[in-house]
Amino acid sequence: MDAHVAQLQMQYRNYILSLYQQGFLDDQFTELKSLQDDGTPDFVAEVLSLFFDDCVKLVGNMARALDQTGTVDFSQVGANVHQLKGSSSSVGAKRVKGLCINFKELCEAKNYEGCVRCLQQVDIEYKTLKAKLQDMFNLEKQIVQAGGIVPQVDIN
Amino acid sequence: RGRANENICELSLVLNFNILSSQLLLLLSAMASDGGVSCLRRSEMMSVGIGGMDSPPLDVDEVHVLAVDDSLVDRIVIERLLRITSCKVTAVDSGWRALEFLGIDNENASAELDESSSFRQVPVVIMSSENVITRIDRCLEEGAEDFLLKPVKLADVKRLRNYLTRDVKLSNGNKRKLPEDSPPLTLSPDSPDSSPPPSTLSPDSSDSSSPPLSPVEIISSQLSSPIDDEDDDVLTSSPESSPSPVRRQKMRSPGLD
Repeated sequence: MDAHVAQLQMQYRNYILSLYQQGFLDDQFTELKSLQDDGTPDFVAEVLSLFFDDCVKLVGNMARALDQTGTVDFSQVGANVHQLKGSSSSVGAKRVKGLCINFKELCEAKNYEGCVRCLQQVDIEYKTLKAKLQDMFNLEKQIVQAGGIVPQVDIN
Repeated sequence: RGRANENICELSLVLNFNILSSQLLLLLSAMASDGGVSCLRRSEMMSVGIGGMDSPPLDVDEVHVLAVDDSLVDRIVIERLLRITSCKVTAVDSGWRALEFLGIDNENASAELDESSSFRQVPVVIMSSENVITRIDRCLEEGAEDFLLKPVKLADVKRLRNYLTRDVKLSNGNKRKLPEDSPPLTLSPDSPDSSPPPSTLSPDSSDSSSPPLSPVEIISSQLSSPIDDEDDDVLTSSPESSPSPVRRQKMRSPGLD
Protein backbone atom coordinates (compact mmCIF):
# COMPACT_ATOMS: atom_id res chain seq x y z
CA MET A 1 0.00 0.00 0.00
CA ASP A 2 1.28 3.39 -0.94
CA ALA A 3 2.47 5.21 2.14
CA HIS A 4 1.53 8.55 0.78
CA VAL A 5 -2.03 7.49 0.10
CA ALA A 6 -2.29 5.91 3.52
CA GLN A 7 -1.12 9.09 5.13
CA LEU A 8 -3.60 11.18 3.20
CA GLN A 9 -6.37 8.80 4.10
CA MET A 10 -5.45 9.03 7.75
CA GLN A 11 -5.41 12.78 7.55
CA TYR A 12 -8.79 12.71 5.91
CA ARG A 13 -10.26 10.45 8.54
CA ASN A 14 -8.98 12.61 11.34
CA TYR A 15 -10.22 15.72 9.68
CA ILE A 16 -13.73 14.40 9.24
CA LEU A 17 -13.83 13.15 12.80
CA SER A 18 -12.75 16.54 14.07
CA LEU A 19 -15.53 18.23 12.12
CA TYR A 20 -18.05 16.05 13.87
CA GLN A 21 -16.40 16.38 17.23
CA GLN A 22 -16.29 20.12 17.02
CA GLY A 23 -19.95 20.19 16.18
CA PHE A 24 -19.70 21.44 12.64
CA LEU A 25 -21.49 18.42 11.26
CA ASP A 26 -24.12 16.03 12.50
CA ASP A 27 -25.61 12.72 11.44
CA GLN A 28 -27.58 14.24 8.61
CA PHE A 29 -24.25 14.89 6.91
CA THR A 30 -23.46 11.24 7.36
CA GLU A 31 -26.79 10.44 5.78
CA LEU A 32 -25.98 12.63 2.78
CA LYS A 33 -22.65 10.95 2.32
CA SER A 34 -24.34 7.59 2.36
CA LEU A 35 -26.54 8.69 -0.53
CA GLN A 36 -23.56 9.31 -2.73
CA ASP A 37 -22.25 6.49 -4.85
CA ASP A 38 -20.05 5.89 -7.85
CA GLY A 39 -22.89 6.92 -10.09
CA THR A 40 -23.39 10.19 -8.26
CA PRO A 41 -19.90 11.13 -7.08
CA ASP A 42 -20.68 14.82 -6.80
CA PHE A 43 -23.91 14.59 -4.91
CA VAL A 44 -22.65 15.89 -1.57
CA ALA A 45 -20.67 18.67 -3.21
CA GLU A 46 -23.71 19.68 -5.21
CA VAL A 47 -26.02 19.80 -2.24
CA LEU A 48 -23.53 21.74 -0.17
CA SER A 49 -22.98 24.19 -2.96
CA LEU A 50 -26.70 24.85 -3.11
CA PHE A 51 -26.76 25.21 0.63
CA PHE A 52 -24.06 27.83 0.63
CA ASP A 53 -25.83 29.70 -2.16
CA ASP A 54 -28.88 29.63 0.05
CA CYS A 55 -26.84 31.03 2.93
CA VAL A 56 -25.68 33.95 0.86
CA LYS A 57 -29.19 34.71 -0.28
CA LEU A 58 -30.87 34.33 3.08
CA VAL A 59 -28.22 36.19 5.06
CA GLY A 60 -28.57 38.98 2.52
CA ASN A 61 -32.33 39.01 3.00
CA MET A 62 -31.98 39.10 6.74
CA ALA A 63 -29.41 41.87 6.63
CA ARG A 64 -31.73 43.96 4.49
CA ALA A 65 -34.68 43.25 6.71
CA LEU A 66 -32.66 44.30 9.76
CA ASP A 67 -31.34 47.36 8.08
CA GLN A 68 -34.58 49.31 8.09
CA THR A 69 -34.34 52.84 9.27
CA GLY A 70 -37.93 52.57 10.38
CA THR A 71 -39.48 49.52 11.97
CA VAL A 72 -37.94 46.15 11.42
CA ASP A 73 -40.19 43.43 10.09
CA PHE A 74 -39.18 40.64 12.44
CA SER A 75 -41.51 38.17 10.84
CA GLN A 76 -39.69 38.70 7.60
CA VAL A 77 -36.39 38.06 9.32
CA GLY A 78 -37.92 35.05 11.01
CA ALA A 79 -39.15 33.62 7.75
CA ASN A 80 -35.63 33.71 6.34
CA VAL A 81 -34.22 32.21 9.52
CA HIS A 82 -36.75 29.43 9.24
CA GLN A 83 -35.62 28.65 5.73
CA LEU A 84 -31.98 28.68 6.72
CA LYS A 85 -32.73 26.46 9.65
CA GLY A 86 -34.42 24.05 7.31
CA SER A 87 -31.65 23.81 4.79
CA SER A 88 -28.87 23.69 7.37
CA SER A 89 -30.74 20.88 9.04
CA SER A 90 -31.06 19.04 5.74
CA VAL A 91 -27.32 19.09 5.08
CA GLY A 92 -26.14 18.44 8.60
CA ALA A 93 -24.69 21.89 9.21
CA LYS A 94 -25.06 21.56 12.94
CA ARG A 95 -23.67 24.84 14.16
CA VAL A 96 -25.53 26.89 11.60
CA LYS A 97 -28.71 25.12 12.54
CA GLY A 98 -28.12 25.74 16.22
CA LEU A 99 -27.62 29.43 15.60
CA CYS A 100 -30.83 29.54 13.61
CA ILE A 101 -32.73 28.10 16.53
CA ASN A 102 -31.49 30.93 18.75
CA PHE A 103 -32.06 33.42 16.01
CA LYS A 104 -35.67 32.37 15.69
CA GLU A 105 -36.27 33.07 19.36
CA LEU A 106 -34.63 36.46 19.05
CA CYS A 107 -36.93 37.30 16.15
CA GLU A 108 -39.95 36.22 18.11
CA ALA A 109 -38.80 38.41 20.98
CA LYS A 110 -38.20 41.21 18.51
CA ASN A 111 -34.76 41.64 20.00
CA TYR A 112 -33.09 43.89 17.47
CA GLU A 113 -29.58 43.87 18.85
CA GLY A 114 -29.74 40.18 19.51
CA CYS A 115 -30.80 39.60 15.93
CA VAL A 116 -28.04 41.72 14.52
CA ARG A 117 -25.43 39.90 16.60
CA CYS A 118 -26.86 36.54 15.72
CA LEU A 119 -26.85 37.37 12.06
CA GLN A 120 -23.17 38.21 12.27
CA GLN A 121 -22.54 34.87 13.91
CA VAL A 122 -24.49 33.05 11.25
CA ASP A 123 -22.48 34.80 8.60
CA ILE A 124 -19.19 33.80 10.19
CA GLU A 125 -20.38 30.29 10.86
CA TYR A 126 -21.50 29.36 7.40
CA LYS A 127 -18.33 30.80 5.90
CA THR A 128 -16.23 28.83 8.36
CA LEU A 129 -18.08 25.67 7.48
CA LYS A 130 -17.67 26.37 3.82
CA ALA A 131 -13.92 26.69 4.22
CA LYS A 132 -13.70 23.52 6.29
CA LEU A 133 -15.66 21.52 3.77
CA GLN A 134 -13.57 22.90 0.97
CA ASP A 135 -10.53 21.53 2.78
CA MET A 136 -12.29 18.23 3.09
CA PHE A 137 -13.04 18.09 -0.63
CA ASN A 138 -9.46 19.04 -1.40
CA LEU A 139 -8.21 16.15 0.67
CA GLU A 140 -10.53 13.83 -1.20
CA LYS A 141 -9.14 15.08 -4.46
CA GLN A 142 -5.60 14.57 -3.28
CA ILE A 143 -6.32 11.02 -2.26
CA VAL A 144 -7.86 10.22 -5.61
CA GLN A 145 -5.05 11.87 -7.48
CA ALA A 146 -2.55 9.84 -5.48
CA GLY A 147 -4.35 6.73 -6.68
CA GLY A 148 -6.25 5.94 -3.52
CA ILE A 149 -9.90 5.77 -2.65
CA VAL A 150 -11.62 8.08 -0.24
CA PRO A 151 -12.30 6.13 2.93
CA GLN A 152 -15.72 5.84 4.50
CA VAL A 153 -15.37 7.34 7.91
CA ASP A 154 -17.25 5.68 10.69
CA ILE A 155 -18.32 8.39 13.06
CA ASN A 156 -19.24 6.21 15.99
CA ARG B 1 -48.26 -11.28 -11.43
CA GLY B 2 -49.45 -10.79 -14.97
CA ARG B 3 -52.65 -12.54 -14.11
CA ALA B 4 -53.25 -10.46 -11.07
CA ASN B 5 -52.80 -7.41 -13.21
CA GLU B 6 -55.41 -8.74 -15.51
CA ASN B 7 -57.79 -9.00 -12.65
CA ILE B 8 -57.21 -5.41 -11.87
CA CYS B 9 -57.63 -4.39 -15.45
CA GLU B 10 -60.71 -6.48 -15.92
CA LEU B 11 -62.56 -5.05 -13.05
CA SER B 12 -60.57 -2.16 -14.05
CA LEU B 13 -62.03 0.75 -13.38
CA VAL B 14 -58.71 1.91 -12.16
CA LEU B 15 -58.06 5.17 -13.80
CA ASN B 16 -54.60 6.44 -14.03
CA PHE B 17 -53.43 9.89 -14.32
CA ASN B 18 -53.32 10.63 -17.98
CA ILE B 19 -49.61 11.08 -17.89
CA LEU B 20 -48.63 8.35 -15.53
CA SER B 21 -48.94 4.62 -15.57
CA SER B 22 -47.49 4.38 -12.16
CA GLN B 23 -48.90 5.17 -8.81
CA LEU B 24 -48.71 8.64 -7.51
CA LEU B 25 -47.87 9.75 -4.05
CA LEU B 26 -47.87 13.34 -3.01
CA LEU B 27 -45.07 14.38 -0.69
CA LEU B 28 -45.81 17.80 0.64
CA SER B 29 -43.54 19.96 2.65
CA ALA B 30 -45.47 22.11 5.08
CA MET B 31 -44.41 25.34 3.51
CA ALA B 32 -45.08 28.49 5.38
CA SER B 33 -46.45 30.84 2.85
CA ASP B 34 -47.83 28.66 0.18
CA GLY B 35 -51.56 28.69 -0.20
CA GLY B 36 -51.16 25.91 -2.69
CA VAL B 37 -50.60 23.50 0.14
CA SER B 38 -53.94 24.19 1.75
CA CYS B 39 -55.48 23.89 -1.66
CA LEU B 40 -54.00 20.48 -2.10
CA ARG B 41 -55.24 19.43 1.26
CA ARG B 42 -58.83 19.95 0.37
CA SER B 43 -60.54 16.63 0.30
CA GLU B 44 -61.40 16.89 -3.39
CA MET B 45 -57.77 16.86 -4.10
CA MET B 46 -57.23 13.71 -2.19
CA SER B 47 -59.25 11.73 -4.62
CA VAL B 48 -58.63 12.49 -8.20
CA GLY B 49 -60.25 10.84 -11.10
CA ILE B 50 -59.17 11.42 -14.61
CA GLY B 51 -60.94 10.00 -17.58
CA GLY B 52 -58.53 7.33 -18.69
CA MET B 53 -59.86 5.76 -21.80
CA ASP B 54 -56.96 3.62 -22.54
CA SER B 55 -55.22 3.23 -19.29
CA PRO B 56 -52.02 1.37 -19.63
CA PRO B 57 -51.80 -1.62 -17.35
CA LEU B 58 -50.93 -0.59 -13.87
CA ASP B 59 -47.28 -1.00 -13.20
CA VAL B 60 -47.65 -1.75 -9.57
CA ASP B 61 -44.03 -1.51 -8.72
CA GLU B 62 -43.52 1.88 -10.17
CA VAL B 63 -44.17 4.71 -7.82
CA HIS B 64 -44.21 8.28 -8.88
CA VAL B 65 -43.72 10.77 -6.13
CA LEU B 66 -44.65 14.35 -6.61
CA ALA B 67 -42.56 16.17 -4.06
CA VAL B 68 -43.46 19.70 -3.17
CA ASP B 69 -40.98 21.82 -1.25
CA ASP B 70 -39.99 25.43 -1.50
CA SER B 71 -36.42 24.74 -0.46
CA LEU B 72 -34.12 23.86 -3.32
CA VAL B 73 -31.72 22.07 -1.01
CA ASP B 74 -34.53 19.92 0.31
CA ARG B 75 -35.82 19.20 -3.18
CA ILE B 76 -32.42 17.92 -4.29
CA VAL B 77 -32.07 15.77 -1.22
CA ILE B 78 -35.55 14.32 -1.45
CA GLU B 79 -35.06 13.63 -5.14
CA ARG B 80 -31.97 11.65 -4.39
CA LEU B 81 -33.62 9.76 -1.56
CA LEU B 82 -36.53 8.86 -3.78
CA ARG B 83 -34.40 7.83 -6.73
CA ILE B 84 -32.45 5.52 -4.48
CA THR B 85 -35.70 3.85 -3.49
CA SER B 86 -36.53 3.43 -7.16
CA CYS B 87 -39.26 5.98 -7.27
CA LYS B 88 -39.86 8.22 -10.17
CA VAL B 89 -39.68 11.79 -8.90
CA THR B 90 -41.04 15.11 -9.90
CA ALA B 91 -40.02 17.89 -7.57
CA VAL B 92 -41.79 21.22 -7.68
CA ASP B 93 -41.44 24.29 -5.57
CA SER B 94 -45.01 25.14 -4.71
CA GLY B 95 -48.49 23.77 -4.30
CA TRP B 96 -49.60 25.72 -7.35
CA ARG B 97 -47.01 24.08 -9.51
CA ALA B 98 -48.06 20.75 -8.15
CA LEU B 99 -51.57 21.46 -9.28
CA GLU B 100 -50.27 22.45 -12.66
CA PHE B 101 -48.34 19.26 -12.90
CA LEU B 102 -51.37 17.24 -12.04
CA GLY B 103 -53.28 19.10 -14.69
CA ILE B 104 -55.87 20.00 -12.17
CA ASP B 105 -57.10 23.36 -11.18
CA ASN B 106 -59.79 24.28 -8.77
CA GLU B 107 -62.60 24.47 -11.27
CA ASN B 108 -61.99 21.08 -12.71
CA ALA B 109 -61.27 19.17 -9.55
CA SER B 110 -64.76 18.07 -8.65
CA ALA B 111 -65.93 17.84 -12.24
CA GLU B 112 -63.69 14.87 -12.76
CA LEU B 113 -65.27 12.81 -10.08
CA ASP B 114 -67.99 10.58 -11.32
CA GLU B 115 -69.90 8.17 -9.13
CA SER B 116 -69.75 5.28 -11.45
CA SER B 117 -66.10 5.54 -12.12
CA SER B 118 -63.60 4.32 -9.69
CA PHE B 119 -60.73 6.49 -8.86
CA ARG B 120 -57.45 6.15 -7.29
CA GLN B 121 -56.91 8.04 -4.15
CA VAL B 122 -53.65 9.80 -4.02
CA PRO B 123 -51.87 9.24 -0.77
CA VAL B 124 -50.46 12.39 0.73
CA VAL B 125 -47.52 12.47 3.05
CA ILE B 126 -46.52 15.65 4.82
CA MET B 127 -42.97 16.66 5.66
CA SER B 128 -42.02 19.31 8.15
CA SER B 129 -39.19 20.37 10.37
CA GLU B 130 -41.60 21.14 13.17
CA ASN B 131 -42.27 18.35 15.58
CA VAL B 132 -45.50 19.67 16.95
CA ILE B 133 -47.91 16.93 17.87
CA THR B 134 -51.07 18.97 17.41
CA ARG B 135 -49.96 19.99 13.97
CA ILE B 136 -49.06 16.46 13.05
CA ASP B 137 -52.41 15.23 14.26
CA ARG B 138 -54.15 17.88 12.28
CA CYS B 139 -52.39 16.81 9.10
CA LEU B 140 -53.40 13.25 9.67
CA GLU B 141 -56.96 14.21 10.46
CA GLU B 142 -57.12 16.09 7.22
CA GLY B 143 -56.25 12.90 5.46
CA ALA B 144 -52.50 12.69 5.23
CA GLU B 145 -51.19 9.17 5.35
CA ASP B 146 -48.12 9.98 7.29
CA PHE B 147 -45.88 12.71 8.56
CA LEU B 148 -42.14 12.79 8.00
CA LEU B 149 -40.02 14.88 10.29
CA LYS B 150 -37.24 16.71 8.57
CA PRO B 151 -34.40 16.22 7.96
CA VAL B 152 -35.70 13.31 5.98
CA LYS B 153 -33.64 10.16 5.93
CA LEU B 154 -33.56 7.15 3.66
CA ALA B 155 -35.41 5.03 6.20
CA ASP B 156 -38.28 7.54 6.20
CA VAL B 157 -38.52 7.53 2.44
CA LYS B 158 -38.51 3.76 2.31
CA ARG B 159 -41.60 3.86 4.43
CA LEU B 160 -43.38 5.84 1.74
CA ARG B 161 -43.72 2.77 -0.39
CA ASN B 162 -46.11 1.46 2.18
CA TYR B 163 -48.57 4.16 1.33
CA LEU B 164 -48.96 3.29 -2.27
CA THR B 165 -52.52 3.21 -3.00
CA ARG B 166 -54.01 0.19 -4.57
CA ASP B 167 -57.45 1.45 -3.86
CA VAL B 168 -59.81 0.10 -6.36
CA LYS B 169 -63.35 1.13 -5.85
CA LEU B 170 -65.48 -1.34 -7.66
CA SER B 171 -68.98 -0.74 -8.81
CA ASN B 172 -69.90 -4.27 -7.83
CA GLY B 173 -69.08 -3.34 -4.30
CA ASN B 174 -66.63 -6.14 -3.95
CA LYS B 175 -65.06 -5.78 -0.58
CA ARG B 176 -62.46 -7.60 1.33
CA LYS B 177 -62.31 -7.98 5.00
CA LEU B 178 -59.49 -6.07 6.58
CA PRO B 179 -57.02 -7.83 8.77
CA GLU B 180 -56.81 -6.88 12.45
CA ASP B 181 -55.66 -3.41 13.14
CA SER B 182 -52.06 -3.14 14.02
CA PRO B 183 -51.18 -1.54 17.34
CA PRO B 184 -51.23 2.24 17.56
CA LEU B 185 -48.16 4.00 16.29
CA THR B 186 -45.75 6.49 17.89
CA LEU B 187 -44.07 9.06 15.81
CA SER B 188 -40.37 9.34 16.34
CA PRO B 189 -37.95 11.40 14.30
CA ASP B 190 -35.34 8.74 14.31
CA SER B 191 -36.82 5.80 12.57
CA PRO B 192 -34.62 2.75 12.44
CA ASP B 193 -33.67 1.31 9.14
CA SER B 194 -35.92 -1.68 9.40
CA SER B 195 -39.65 -1.71 8.86
CA PRO B 196 -41.67 1.13 10.35
CA PRO B 197 -41.59 1.20 14.13
CA PRO B 198 -44.81 1.14 16.09
CA SER B 199 -45.70 4.69 16.92
CA THR B 200 -48.37 6.77 18.63
CA LEU B 201 -49.02 10.26 17.65
CA SER B 202 -51.03 11.48 20.52
CA PRO B 203 -52.72 9.82 23.41
CA ASP B 204 -56.17 10.78 22.31
CA SER B 205 -56.01 10.33 18.61
CA SER B 206 -57.37 6.84 18.49
CA ASP B 207 -60.94 7.91 18.99
CA SER B 208 -60.97 10.64 16.43
CA SER B 209 -63.48 10.71 13.65
CA SER B 210 -62.86 8.78 10.53
CA PRO B 211 -60.71 10.51 7.97
CA PRO B 212 -62.00 11.97 4.73
CA LEU B 213 -59.73 9.54 2.98
CA SER B 214 -60.36 5.88 3.15
CA PRO B 215 -57.39 4.03 4.48
CA VAL B 216 -55.13 2.44 1.98
CA GLU B 217 -55.59 -1.19 1.21
CA ILE B 218 -52.53 -2.86 0.01
CA ILE B 219 -52.94 -5.36 -2.72
CA SER B 220 -49.31 -5.74 -3.43
CA SER B 221 -49.22 -8.82 -1.28
CA GLN B 222 -51.56 -10.30 -3.84
CA LEU B 223 -49.76 -9.05 -6.80
CA SER B 224 -46.17 -9.58 -5.98
CA SER B 225 -46.24 -12.75 -3.98
CA PRO B 226 -44.83 -15.54 -6.10
CA ILE B 227 -47.65 -17.88 -5.25
CA ASP B 228 -50.59 -15.57 -5.68
CA ASP B 229 -52.68 -15.96 -8.77
CA GLU B 230 -55.09 -18.44 -7.34
CA ASP B 231 -56.44 -15.71 -5.18
CA ASP B 232 -58.33 -13.31 -7.33
CA ASP B 233 -59.83 -11.25 -4.62
CA VAL B 234 -59.39 -7.68 -5.40
CA LEU B 235 -59.00 -5.41 -2.50
CA THR B 236 -60.99 -2.36 -2.06
CA SER B 237 -61.23 0.17 0.64
CA SER B 238 -64.31 1.07 2.53
CA PRO B 239 -64.76 4.11 4.65
CA GLU B 240 -65.79 2.19 7.72
CA SER B 241 -62.94 -0.23 7.67
CA SER B 242 -60.62 1.63 9.97
CA PRO B 243 -61.34 4.25 12.57
CA SER B 244 -58.00 5.88 12.55
CA PRO B 245 -55.76 7.16 9.82
CA VAL B 246 -52.70 6.10 11.71
CA ARG B 247 -53.46 2.44 11.90
CA ARG B 248 -51.46 0.70 9.35
CA GLN B 249 -51.12 -2.92 8.52
CA LYS B 250 -47.62 -4.25 8.30
CA MET B 251 -46.52 -4.86 4.80
CA ARG B 252 -45.52 -8.30 3.81
CA SER B 253 -44.73 -7.90 0.21
CA PRO B 254 -41.42 -9.30 -0.86
CA GLY B 255 -41.91 -8.05 -4.35
CA LEU B 256 -41.92 -4.44 -3.41
CA ASP B 257 -38.63 -4.21 -1.59
